[in-house]
Amino acid sequence: MIEVKNFTKSFHNRLVIGDFSLFAQEGSLTALLGPSGCGKSTFFDLLMGNIPRDGGNLFLSGKEVADLKNIAAFMAQKDLLLPWLTLRENALLPVSVKKNPSSSDFREAEELFEILGLSGSADLYPRHVSGGMAQRCALARTILFRTPIVLLDEPFSAVDAITRQTLRSLLLLLRSRFRKTLLMITHDVEDALLLADSIIILSSTPMTAREKLAIPTPKERQQGDPSLQEKKERILAMLQENVS
Amino acid sequence: MKSRVLSFLFLGGFLFSWEFFCRFSDIQPFILPAPSRILFIIEKEAPLLLRHGTATAIEILLGTALSVIAAVILAAAMFIFPAAEKALAPLLVASQAIPVFALAPLLVAWLGYGIGSKILMAAVIIFFPVTVSLLQGFKSCDADLARLFSAMGAGTWKTFRLLYWPWAMPYFFAGLRVAVSVAAIGAVIGEWVGSMRGLGFLMMQANARLRTDLVFASIAVLSALSIFLWKIVCFFEKKYVHWVDTTNSL
Repeated sequence: MIEVKNFTKSFHNRLVIGDFSLFAQEGSLTALLGPSGCGKSTFFDLLMGNIPRDGGNLFLSGKEVADLKNIAAFMAQKDLLLPWLTLRENALLPVSVKKNPSSSDFREAEELFEILGLSGSADLYPRHVSGGMAQRCALARTILFRTPIVLLDEPFSAVDAITRQTLRSLLLLLRSRFRKTLLMITHDVEDALLLADSIIILSSTPMTAREKLAIPTPKERQQGDPSLQEKKERILAMLQENVS
Repeated sequence: MKSRVLSFLFLGGFLFSWEFFCRFSDIQPFILPAPSRILFIIEKEAPLLLRHGTATAIEILLGTALSVIAAVILAAAMFIFPAAEKALAPLLVASQAIPVFALAPLLVAWLGYGIGSKILMAAVIIFFPVTVSLLQGFKSCDADLARLFSAMGAGTWKTFRLLYWPWAMPYFFAGLRVAVSVAAIGAVIGEWVGSMRGLGFLMMQANARLRTDLVFASIAVLSALSIFLWKIVCFFEKKYVHWVDTTNSL
């Protein structure tokens, strides 16, 4: 369970994040949906402790923590694979930075590659695989952080529509299997509606929570679902208001 | 393949014109010897050229090794501690403003006529491009990758070893390629100023005796040595920087 209370951040006297709060249940997926440049990535930087916040508190299962360093995994829109490492070595990077990967680590990576459809590609270098395969490898690396929380910063925005569909299904599969709590930044309404348990609509700078929507529908959601369609229109209207 | 043929044709054309000019003009061989004469001298004086060429090659290799060690330490220090970069960058740039011809007699005076002053001369010339390339490489690393390593809880040393060092490798090799090509200049200047062996020494001796053919033969051996060292760097670059296509790089 993550609780963010009244986060604020200014750059050069310009308020970027204003009194932002959030509550995410354990094992849930919360989507942060807002226009580009509203401060979503800055919020993740604050969570990860990459930049100091001006105010606010962060609680993890009721206990106050400074940031989520070593507690949360991070996946960005770029695959961020190291070109000099094979896909297997890239996936095992979160383990390698702490110790030499053991045989059980290699086994775990193999299993993940099997699930993600990468088992025949483990020894290839990133330049030899497609963008979708690279992003699936990044997903495997994210799981191998072995942290209870995962921060996803527009993870599917750099891939084509078909790959995006596959990655969505894989994310749901991995989520149910590994029981992670996920926070996902996106500006894609469909990503949010198809994947999230709750959606927080953000205002443009300074970023604040405009509205929180619960999506109680089952996980196997279809794009044409009428109830989702109605929510999509509502969200789009809100985002439109934001822009105008 | 096409570029190799072009290069061969260009070189062949140049040598042929040179040979033609020497044979059918009044120019004296001690002013400009023909390529065939230079080849003859290379063959005739091979033991002498090999002995002096080996001395110069050792100076270049040791100078390169010394400058690479110093460049890695300095570039890493300047990258990890920005204050060190601010303090050292002006000194580094100023060091390049000193003419190597002015430095050579000083180094010979300090280190003597032996190999030490030549190694240091070669190192001084190489040091700057390697340091600057490496530092540029460290700095060009993708900030998102640094964020990723931070999220993984990697410390400074791990991040440097697993991320910044391999990231900077293409830059390092680019600098090293330039460096080994010019290292010969440093070694030869050192030998000109004061030494008992090396191709620079041989050139000075031959020049004093109007043996222009031997001067040219020494230059040819020196050029071949530089090309050989450059090829060695290219070989290691291809081996260790396999993720970058270096086919078209100079």
